[in-house]
Amino acid sequence: MFGLDKKDTTLLLIVAVLTMFAPFILNPFPAGSGMAQFNAGYPDLMQRFVIFGIFAIGFNILFGLTGYLSFGHAAFLGVGSYSAVWMFKLLSMNVIPAIILSVIVAGVFALIIGFVSLRRSGIYFSILTLAFAQMSFALAYSVLTPITNGETGLQLSLSDPRILGTSVSADGGIPVTSLFGIEMRSTAEMQLGPWLFQFNAGYYLCAVLMLVAFYLAIRIFRSPFGLMLRAVKSNQQRMNYTGLNARPYTLAAFVISGMYAGLAGGLLASMDPLAGAERMQWTASGEVVLMTILGGAGTLIGPVLGAGFIKYFENIFSKINDNVLHSWFAFMPDGLEDLMVTIVHPFVGKGWSLTLGLMFMAVVIFLPGGLVEGGQKIGKMFRRKKAVDGTPSAAKTPAE
Amino acid sequence: MDAIILQILNGLDKGSAYALIALGLTLIFGTLGVVNFAHGALFMIGAFCAVTVQRILSISFETVDPTKTDFLGNPSKISTPYVEHWFGPEFGATIIDWSVPIAILFAIPIMILIGFVMERGLIKHFYKRPHADQILVTFGLAIVLQEVIKYYYGANPIQTGAPMVFRGSFDFGTLLGFDPNVIIYPYWRLVYFGFAALIIGAVFAFLQFTTFGMVVRAGMADRETVGLLGINIDKRFTIMFGLAAAVAGLAGVMYAPINAPNYHMGMDFLVLSFVVVVVGGMGSLPGAVLAGFLLGILESFASMTQVIDLIPGINQIIIYVVAIVVLLTRPRGLMGRKGVMEE
Amino acid sequence: MSKMNLTRRGVIKTGAVAGAGLALPTYLSAAAHSGYTNAPTGDTVTLGFNVPQSGPYADEGADELRAFELAVEHLNGEGDGGMLSTFSSKVLDGTGILGKKVQFVTGDTQTKSDAARASAKSMIEKDGAIMISGGSSSGVAVAVQGLCQEAGVIFMAGLTHSNDTTGKDKKANGFRHFFNAYMSAAALAPVLKNLYGDDRAAYHLTADYTWGWTQQESIQAATEALGWTTVNNVLTPLAATDFSSYITPVLNSGADVLVLNHYGGNMVNSLTNAVQFGLRDKQVNGKNFEIVVPLYSELMAKGAGQNIKGIVGSQNWDWKLENQMGAKYAGTNAFVQSFGNKYGFPPSQAAQTCYAQTLLYADAAARAGTFNPCALGEALAGFEFDGLGNGPTLYRADDHQCFKDVLVVKGAENPEDEFNLVEIVEVTPTEQVTYAPDHPMFAGGALGSCNPGA
Repeated sequence: MFGLDKKDTTLLLIVAVLTMFAPFILNPFPAGSGMAQFNAGYPDLMQRFVIFGIFAIGFNILFGLTGYLSFGHAAFLGVGSYSAVWMFKLLSMNVIPAIILSVIVAGVFALIIGFVSLRRSGIYFSILTLAFAQMSFALAYSVLTPITNGETGLQLSLSDPRILGTSVSADGGIPVTSLFGIEMRSTAEMQLGPWLFQFNAGYYLCAVLMLVAFYLAIRIFRSPFGLMLRAVKSNQQRMNYTGLNARPYTLAAFVISGMYAGLAGGLLASMDPLAGAERMQWTASGEVVLMTILGGAGTLIGPVLGAGFIKYFENIFSKINDNVLHSWFAFMPDGLEDLMVTIVHPFVGKGWSLTLGLMFMAVVIFLPGGLVEGGQKIGKMFRRKKAVDGTPSAAKTPAE
Repeated sequence: MDAIILQILNGLDKGSAYALIALGLTLIFGTLGVVNFAHGALFMIGAFCAVTVQRILSISFETVDPTKTDFLGNPSKISTPYVEHWFGPEFGATIIDWSVPIAILFAIPIMILIGFVMERGLIKHFYKRPHADQILVTFGLAIVLQEVIKYYYGANPIQTGAPMVFRGSFDFGTLLGFDPNVIIYPYWRLVYFGFAALIIGAVFAFLQFTTFGMVVRAGMADRETVGLLGINIDKRFTIMFGLAAAVAGLAGVMYAPINAPNYHMGMDFLVLSFVVVVVGGMGSLPGAVLAGFLLGILESFASMTQVIDLIPGINQIIIYVVAIVVLLTRPRGLMGRKGVMEE
Repeated sequence: MSKMNLTRRGVIKTGAVAGAGLALPTYLSAAAHSGYTNAPTGDTVTLGFNVPQSGPYADEGADELRAFELAVEHLNGEGDGGMLSTFSSKVLDGTGILGKKVQFVTGDTQTKSDAARASAKSMIEKDGAIMISGGSSSGVAVAVQGLCQEAGVIFMAGLTHSNDTTGKDKKANGFRHFFNAYMSAAALAPVLKNLYGDDRAAYHLTADYTWGWTQQESIQAATEALGWTTVNNVLTPLAATDFSSYITPVLNSGADVLVLNHYGGNMVNSLTNAVQFGLRDKQVNGKNFEIVVPLYSELMAKGAGQNIKGIVGSQNWDWKLENQMGAKYAGTNAFVQSFGNKYGFPPSQAAQTCYAQTLLYADAAARAGTFNPCALGEALAGFEFDGLGNGPTLYRADDHQCFKDVLVVKGAENPEDEFNLVEIVEVTPTEQVTYAPDHPMFAGGALGSCNPGA
């Protein structure tokens, strides 16, 4: 189907089902119950899952295939966001032109930075991309404030022109982003017993785009072009000797992954029209690197898992405060309850990054291939009695 | 002229910190081939050794003073450090005052120990793993280390002053024929520069003039052959890791009086130190030191008003501009060796 | 069996009533009828406290959170009631708000606009928070304020000092109790004249982002009105950790005052460096060289240690206010008592502003008789109150900024303990720090109309 072999079609279908039913899957606990804290099925976080999934998929096209480790990919996400917000300010609140512009601008940006950075390889390449991204961040935060609104981030205002739309909505507020009239923030809610599920228009737009992005990534992975990129990774020298110039291929991969980042940036701005300079900081670039490695570099689904993992910790664990802890352990006798709260306390709430750091270490120590390998190990346990396949799944290639 | 001399001094001072951190980082890069994202955290832990020694020396007992009241209106408690109780108020206060130099003595064994534990317990298992995995595991470790520090010391910076005798400034200008009080420079920053020069010299001497150093240098050049010669390079690499940790830690201890340590100071230096190492060239110790001082001095010059007026925002990006220019004109940084970390 | 209803905002709610449907929590479907976001219909109401829990301002965020928890306790009738007894409005009676028990959720802003908005969104979308409060920087405050305006909930700003929060970025749903850069400058100027004379040359070091600029602009205007000259203004990168290369040009610049428009870690480092380079002991033009830090907090004073001695700055509130400046500032001691008894140390100005904001919100809801942000906003706008520690205060309707007395403070020379690092020099009366709503430093924005959300 769609020019994919059976295995890839299955993978695509699984991802499609997972994203379409995410509002159910991510909300396994009834609203109001103690475990509802762990529910992630609310629009903002679901959007972030798929948007950062797109970002990581794109990053993986460069890193997973060619082995070139860019440490400045957040810059493309950032310029994507800025272009999208400018589109909302100047043109209209329709997300289509904004997303298209953000992909194009990010692509051009990636072409320039890639052209320069790809003259070097290895860590020299990484530092060049890092330098470009840090420059973009520092300038956006300070000197370029007229364009970027600096510290606060670029926001919409009532005085924006919006040539093809209205500056002010009927009720006197700033108009909201929409897709031909469907507001990105509109949410349908469904109650099923004690469960509450939210279906958000913006999320579904992001999810569809992520499926498209995922499909394209599969096609790239399986194409002759993808093969060429793998050749760059395994032995660039030998490739050069055969008379092939690797640069155009790597540059193409760089620009494609920059455009993915731009798409992610444009979507972030479409869901929430604000573009902050921190999106370009090295920590943000580092985050996508971590997402990809954590999930499994070079695998198709890994980066998406990694993105979800990190965003989940950031958004869910940081909100667990002592009150919540006390309510969890309320069934215990007083002394024991306090003891449990004291034990768990350092790892949640303001300690969420500690847990994240420990998780990074645990994953990389015990699952060298990332989360994907964890999934495969579990899968194998169930299939052990079946025919011995021996060869690892085609989707999995070791990082680097 | 005076402004330029002052900026050169500033540059040397900043460069000292950059060079010390980059030196340790490049030692680990060069010898072990490991990308250590936890190196900034080691610097931070060094600074917190100073904080901890100051805290330990200031451990106090409390006595109630009924004549005064605290903010809630209760009788206030007066705390007296034990050292002041034991050695008399004056000598005791002097001991606390000297906590940073005292901390150096504690920091060396502690940092070496941390280095050993890190290498044996964690890094050792990652020699054969891809660089990406090394980044992930050391970044995770860096987060854990800094969160642990934050848990015990909070996020606020903690002042850890230099001893009183180093608090003033040295009138540097009079030596060069300027009027008094034109070119003055704080004593402690001069001490820092001297200390950095000493450490850098010691590390180079150690590598240059000892058999141990010779083997390590050989290992940096060609690990496989050294292994084939029957030399246990692993054990030496453990020691090198301890050494690198100690250098980073000492850089941190001595830095504490310059800027009050906080838990994320390591991350602030991390990116910068990677840039320094790469600009210097992978696998080159002199390159790292040279790049450290070069970037320090250029950064200082870029923050002069005259320069900023010429190119707005240059002080924000100078480090990165230099990195790009150097890497595009010299493919392997200033003094890099071919083939190191180029895949 | 399903029911569908289309609201004005295009929100479709489908209640598929299954077998267990009778046990439905009803507030969700009721929200659509009451006409505003997250309308509480159960016996509880949820407030969202969004503070920095990681990053450089984590300690300040922790103090804000303590104040929020205390405020919630007092609203629910637990503890000693704190400022409820001194508050001029008496509608709050310790039974929650409008008879609903107050609950709260917390989140981490990380002092980044993006993360702060994500956290606030999760409070609104997932936890049903009806109000968001907190924050420790202006960038975050402006970003979250914009979000709350779009989502249709009330934003009660925490610590945010930029003119923009209630100036060019003001929003109908946003309210600020904390003072701003203009007020700092207006309060500081006369004191600086008294202390240092009217013939001074100032050198500014300014953090290179919006808050730094507005503060520098305000201070420069106020001091130049005194007759001071401005020698130079140098912008420093936010990421700077060592300020030596910015301090040394000051040495021989001819300036005799250094103004540090820095906050947080930047301020601690730049002040430490300035003192290292002997600026405190320097003589220029026959006068003692002076350093001014227009805004600093107790935590920053603690971080700066010895270096803060004698440094003049401004504050929104201080825990010693009522003891030293009299009963006009009633509420201060009540708050310090209940905070101190619970946590063992006096509250910071960030804590006080967050506590006051929570009480003000609750009071406005009680007076309006509803949680509807529009009615509640009307109750807050133009509200005059007293007894929350700052003396008589006005929540101005034009820009949703509180007008009250501003403290000028100085680092203590010989602090008794770590709680007395800062001493009060003077309290500048409200009239002196009041400005017209259309003042040029605040121009360029509009409140717009209030948004009750879906």
